[in-house]
Amino acid sequence: MPNMELKRNPMPVQDPKIRSKNFFEVALGYDELTAINEAERCLNCKNMPCVAGCPVNIHIPAFIQKVKEGDFEAAYQIITKTSSLPAVCGRVCPQETQCEARCVRGIKGESVGIGRLERFVADWHNEHSDLNVTAAQPNSKRVAVVGSGPSGLTCAGDLAKKGYKVTVFEALHKAGGVLVYGIPEFRLPKVIVQKEIDTLKALGVEINTNTVIGKTLTVDELFDMGYDAVFIGSGAGLPRFMNIPGENLKGVYSANEYLTRVNLMKAYKDNSNTPVKKGGRVAVVGGGNVAMDAARTALRLGADKVYIVYRRSLDELPARREEVEHAMEEGIEFHLLNNPVEILGFNNPDDPRDVRNGTVTGMKVIKMQLGEPDERGRRRPVEIPDSEFTLSVDTVIMAIGTSPNPLIKNTTSGLEINQKGGIIVSEETGATTKEGVYAGGDAVTGAATVISAMGAGKTAAKAIDEYLTK
Amino acid sequence: MFRIIKREQLNSTVVLLDIEAPLVANKAKAGQFIILRVDEDGERIPLTVAGCDADKGSVTVIFQIVGATTKKLSLKNEGEYISDFVGPLGTPTKIKGLKKVCVIGGGVGCAIALPVAKALKEEGAEVTSVIGFRNKDIVILEDKFKAISDNLYVMTDDGSYGQKGNVCIPLQKLLDDGERFDEVFAIGPLIMMKFVTQTVKPYNIPCTVSMNPVMVDGTGMCGGCRITLNKNGQKVTSFACVDGPDFNAYEIDFDQALQRGSMYGDFERHAYEETCNLFKKEVE
Repeated sequence: MPNMELKRNPMPVQDPKIRSKNFFEVALGYDELTAINEAERCLNCKNMPCVAGCPVNIHIPAFIQKVKEGDFEAAYQIITKTSSLPAVCGRVCPQETQCEARCVRGIKGESVGIGRLERFVADWHNEHSDLNVTAAQPNSKRVAVVGSGPSGLTCAGDLAKKGYKVTVFEALHKAGGVLVYGIPEFRLPKVIVQKEIDTLKALGVEINTNTVIGKTLTVDELFDMGYDAVFIGSGAGLPRFMNIPGENLKGVYSANEYLTRVNLMKAYKDNSNTPVKKGGRVAVVGGGNVAMDAARTALRLGADKVYIVYRRSLDELPARREEVEHAMEEGIEFHLLNNPVEILGFNNPDDPRDVRNGTVTGMKVIKMQLGEPDERGRRRPVEIPDSEFTLSVDTVIMAIGTSPNPLIKNTTSGLEINQKGGIIVSEETGATTKEGVYAGGDAVTGAATVISAMGAGKTAAKAIDEYLTK
Repeated sequence: MFRIIKREQLNSTVVLLDIEAPLVANKAKAGQFIILRVDEDGERIPLTVAGCDADKGSVTVIFQIVGATTKKLSLKNEGEYISDFVGPLGTPTKIKGLKKVCVIGGGVGCAIALPVAKALKEEGAEVTSVIGFRNKDIVILEDKFKAISDNLYVMTDDGSYGQKGNVCIPLQKLLDDGERFDEVFAIGPLIMMKFVTQTVKPYNIPCTVSMNPVMVDGTGMCGGCRITLNKNGQKVTSFACVDGPDFNAYEIDFDQALQRGSMYGDFERHAYEETCNLFKKEVE
């Protein structure tokens, strides 16, 4: 008999008061008994609505049946048939809008904690199994993958499993892309990312860091070097700013810069060589997952006060609900229906060499109300006249998205891009307008999720295999 | 890992390194930069390329010891390795079609001015070089400039070598005497580039400066290197790592660039002192 408890097993978490002062992971994960108990809530539906909700179509009921039986390794093997990064996805996927949104148990009560089970299974495997993957029988074809974020790693893994010789080119000194520079330690511990990368290396994937495609080498040169196909997963690029006065004052960061300093460059550690502004009063502009990450990072770095400033209301916040709840529990204040109009800076007119000159002292904000829905159905925020007020802050973090990096498009002949700067691809295959070149992830769509990038990497790997075996 | 194949102390605080990086050496052009990390967990620092040898597969960087990372880098010997080296980043200096130019270098900025002057000379331009230093002890690269310049002016602030005064003095004199350059290139401390810009402006001569702001990734991702440009009365934000590091000098908000450059002053001073103390302990 299935477990008919309406509520799912809660995820154990660090106490908000304690976790807001450390960088250890917030969610602690299920233990074996809890996992089995949660797995027993799954009805093992024949038509498997959850699978259709997963961008990489993990055989969800099948792996959950194995959890039920206590055969966690078998569960892991089912997940890895379709997902290259289970420990990552179990943590950062927006399951509530994907697999779990389709779960029959969610109609009356709460859906099965699919993401929590996935995470449990992946962690169990990482803890109990050695790296015993065997490289596939090599074929003679070589594929270059540009970027080592979720789309690149997925594409590389899938192709390596088919016997392709894959080289991943990464611009930074460390592989992992946004999983390493963007998503903070407390949400995705870096040892987990490293483990996934080590698994790929064991599959025979070569990773070349410190190589900027578009600068160090071009896509055309990769073909000259003997690669038979190229996948571009170079990620999002240039951070967006609002174009309001004061954005270049000292103390204004893009979320990319702030998070890179802290995550990739380890500025949260006491002995780090990389500086970042710590403490004080911080405003984070934006309402997505990146904004939540930046705000919660600021808090952990010792900020006295952290505000999220977002121009729409709570219902429109694009961040995952769980992240918003965690942020609120930790004491982050939400200034909703507020939009910045100017960042204010210090200026000592008597002494142009005063080091305080040009530092942030506050942010002028205007109140908003929701007007008519826009073309996507979201109600458009409209300024309320004469409602400006000033938030007293000394750090501002802009987390309002990115626009694609032009390095590759500027140096690759025959690669077409859309008006927003994203690479144009066929949705079914990831094929670009240039023969043998495929693309996926944020480089195509602009800022999106880890799992959708993985889905794109997967699609492209399949298409590259078909292209090279035809 | 990237091997150091040559190390030369140019003056008490300026060091030249040739680093083995064949892919970068194949591509790098005057005006571009690289980013390096000395060791695991080290800071990423941008350094402009001072030259490269595609045959040997080596890239030359010249840097001044100003902080913890450059101190650590300066302690590396020939045959030793640094953990990361990536490039070439940024856009090359535009040198095509120029007949008569003035290249101005200040202090360690001369290391970047040299390949620009050399590239211009190879393009067939008549090159006047002005290089400036605080005093005689820290003059670098004079011979190399002499070899590629049609006219060379060496300046020191205290007059202990060459002529006394800053780089704007000979520049002003040349302009007063009717010299009309197609373009002036200035590379050095921000304050020097600001004053060169003011000197050249009345003559309507194009002026290019090389900016060296705070940077993390160097590929356009972090936006830390942003510079405010005044384009026809409009304030426009530009990223030095992808749009630069060369910029039209007349558009740059130098005062803001000076302010932004001081953002981590305290942290850097502290880190530098700590590194020096560690080094002293090791020596003891």
